[in-house]
Amino acid sequence: MTASLEMVGITKRFPGVTALCGVSFAARPGEIHALCGENGAGKSTLMKVLSGLYPFGTYDGEIRINGETKRFFGVRDAENAGIAIIHQELALARNLSVAENLFLGREPSRFGIVDWERMHKESERWLREVGLASLGPDTIAGTLGIGKQQLVEIAKALAKNARILILDEPTAALTEQEVAILLDILRELRRRGVTCVYISHKLNEVMAIADTVTVLRDGRSVGTFPAAGIDENRIISLMVGRELTDRYPRVPANPGETVMRVRRWSVANPDIPGKFAVKDVSFDVRRGEILGIAGLMGAGRTELVMSLFGAWRGAATGELEIGGRPVRIRSPRDAIRHGLALVSEDRKKDGLVLGMDVKANVTLASLRSVSSGYVLDANREIAAGEEAVRSLKIKAGSLETAVGTLSGGNQQKVVLAKWLRTKPAVLFLDEPTRGIDVGAKYEIYTIMNELVRQGVAIVMISSELPELIGMSHRVLVLSQGRIAGEFRAEEATQEAVMAAATRAMQRGEDG
Amino acid sequence: MNAQNGFEGKPAGADGPGLAAAGGTDAAVPGGRAAAGAIRRLASLARWFRFDARAYTMIGALCLIWLFFTLMNERFLSPTNLSNLFLQMSVTAILAIGMTLVIVSGHIDLSVGSIVGLTGGVAAILNVWYDWNTGPVIAAAIGVGVAIGFLQGWIVAYKAVPAFIVTLGGMMLYRGILLGTTGSVTVAPLDPSLKSIGQAYLPYTAGWTLGFAVLIVYTVLVLAKRRARRKHGFQAEPAAVSLLRIAFVGALALGFVFVMNSYKGIPVPFVMVIVLAILFSFISRNTTFGRQVYAIGGNPEAARLSGINIRMKTMFVFVLCNTLAAVAGLVLVARLNAATMSAGSMYELDAIAACVIGGTSLAGGTGTIAGALVGALVMASLDNGMSLMNMESFWQYIVKGAILVLAVYLDIASRNRKKKAG
Repeated sequence: MTASLEMVGITKRFPGVTALCGVSFAARPGEIHALCGENGAGKSTLMKVLSGLYPFGTYDGEIRINGETKRFFGVRDAENAGIAIIHQELALARNLSVAENLFLGREPSRFGIVDWERMHKESERWLREVGLASLGPDTIAGTLGIGKQQLVEIAKALAKNARILILDEPTAALTEQEVAILLDILRELRRRGVTCVYISHKLNEVMAIADTVTVLRDGRSVGTFPAAGIDENRIISLMVGRELTDRYPRVPANPGETVMRVRRWSVANPDIPGKFAVKDVSFDVRRGEILGIAGLMGAGRTELVMSLFGAWRGAATGELEIGGRPVRIRSPRDAIRHGLALVSEDRKKDGLVLGMDVKANVTLASLRSVSSGYVLDANREIAAGEEAVRSLKIKAGSLETAVGTLSGGNQQKVVLAKWLRTKPAVLFLDEPTRGIDVGAKYEIYTIMNELVRQGVAIVMISSELPELIGMSHRVLVLSQGRIAGEFRAEEATQEAVMAAATRAMQRGEDG
Repeated sequence: MNAQNGFEGKPAGADGPGLAAAGGTDAAVPGGRAAAGAIRRLASLARWFRFDARAYTMIGALCLIWLFFTLMNERFLSPTNLSNLFLQMSVTAILAIGMTLVIVSGHIDLSVGSIVGLTGGVAAILNVWYDWNTGPVIAAAIGVGVAIGFLQGWIVAYKAVPAFIVTLGGMMLYRGILLGTTGSVTVAPLDPSLKSIGQAYLPYTAGWTLGFAVLIVYTVLVLAKRRARRKHGFQAEPAAVSLLRIAFVGALALGFVFVMNSYKGIPVPFVMVIVLAILFSFISRNTTFGRQVYAIGGNPEAARLSGINIRMKTMFVFVLCNTLAAVAGLVLVARLNAATMSAGSMYELDAIAACVIGGTSLAGGTGTIAGALVGALVMASLDNGMSLMNMESFWQYIVKGAILVLAVYLDIASRNRKKKAG
């Protein structure tokens, strides 16, 4: 069978950098082809070439669709060739209905007047294709959960007659169930001969669904492998170019005295009056330990740490003791003063000022330490920036590089550096390794270990269970805002934690 | 999105060996031929001047505007006219300084024109009708500005009403109060000492002193920066570049004093502009408050989670802006020697335009005081030059409007080019 998609010898240069160097791969109809690689390996660049974002002529090499050489001068050309890309950030118009989104820009119409009836009928058909038969085409897209929006995006691609579907980190924001649904849909599409290019950091998903895996490293293809003949560890070592003997380098717990004591902590859900996002949660954290918090999306994990940090919109009640003394925290300022620090889930939205340079971001939460009175001391600020760059191995052109241009892993290190400068007693890490590559993850773990050794207490949230279990000394499971289980490191298995996280769910009790 | 493009486009290994890479260009070519070496050296020198293309574009545009008006009427560059020009730009410049902070913090202030009118009116009424002395009059007018700043800032920051609405309301409100209290009559003439705020000139020797003071302070700052960079292992700019900078600023400062002294001396309002510009540049670049304002404008959520009291800082930004508006109001009423009904109306738009022309982004987070001054000078030059050419005043609106849109278009176009390139 001829390949439905071939990319041959693709080379893409940016001023000063060669992002892709002679990358080739091919996929048949009905094949799910995974692209794996660290951030910066060139996956997204390759897909931008394929989807016409980088027009013909700005790269070398050839794209063939069904054996025919194609030149894409824009996204439209790629779409006409049956290629659709679904980005990590969803691109639905949130205020429009699902049907309007599906046909955005190509509304069925007669003499410029929209034919609503036809639009609805066809919408229903495409929604059925992605397992959303129960969804009314009139539903406003913004009211749907992320998982369903993702599926609507796929329906939209199918409605454009896409035969080649590119999915860039499609599951980054999905719950386990939503991931399962998505993968089922993809299998169904495969059966119907759609070619899928699947980009994901989540190797377990890749192994679950891909037929073929192409690994990229530093802009070159390391090789293409049938999924059946390869495993996660092998992919990782190909990605990083070395064997990773220990993915989670946990150090033995050396817990000291209790630094933070939380009692009957409840947090109102700011969007639904009378509902709680967190209910009656009590736990202790000790010096020099990593406490992991597990739970499904919406279990209240982020709400819990954000409210402890004084940064949640909803009202919080309960008792909080830090260092043996009861404290009231009304704002992040209070929290920082009491020795708390929070690396939040979304570093671009909540963690960094992307237009500011490295040193300004690093010192943002501790400006007082680099100033005399109200006047900044440029020398001390530079010293602080250098210290951060050195100790966390941040790769940046200079301290005056805008953080928006750094890679995800380096951005996350800048956020960490910012908080380490506040000398926290308790450090909350909310999804500290989301969207960063394997090598940088490992470095983050190493930093965590070093902090634990210094006696910092770490509270870590992670949706990647192997990471959470691999790094934590204790795991607390939240479900529907309540504590549904607690495990010591030795007892915590993925199955046990998952069972606890879903058990309360099945009871169907509200929060 | 963009950031994502950035890091995916770059192989991990190419990030460079950290800080040492700051000196990049030198390592590229193997040395040998003298010509290549010279070119390389020139290129690496040029690097130190490339830092702010936008600023140079605006200064270039300003030169073109000046050249054009000089060709149209040689009186444009005469000391008399230049003195007049700087006098005219003073009010807009003072407003633009305060406006820069507001826009950088992610807000807007439409009320400053009406505050100019109201505070000028308050000053004139107290001075003319109630015979207050200059000192208390100044204090009262500034007090009104401070109070308005607290009120507007409080509503914006603590009550979360959009600044556009609060200050749009304020714009009408203060104008109404002005009309009501003055009974819609012109209040004049002012006491001579109050008048001097807007009409006096600095004695020649004081002017020269100021010029040399600027030169000396700038030299000290450049040297201090070099020392700091060197001390921390940054590559300091080559000595030639520093010297060139100092020579440029020195020529500018002393040349300015020379030209102004060829007429009556530096106008007092422009002295205020210089002092305020230096003060607010310092605040914006070298204080924790300034840094926090840029952070709030750049990403309010990150600023809040970093423990910055964004409400308090936001309120304070409005206090500063409206206090400066009161200063501008005093300058204007003193220059006109009268408080009129329409004093200051539409000035907010001139101030916003000056900021935007000077590179401040309405999205917040970026912008400089120096840029706003260049912007104010562009606007004032257009007004001045066109009236010198005896063009009807409607042309001034048309040309200024077109220049504003053009300036922003050029900026966006150049930024897009940069994005495509990298």
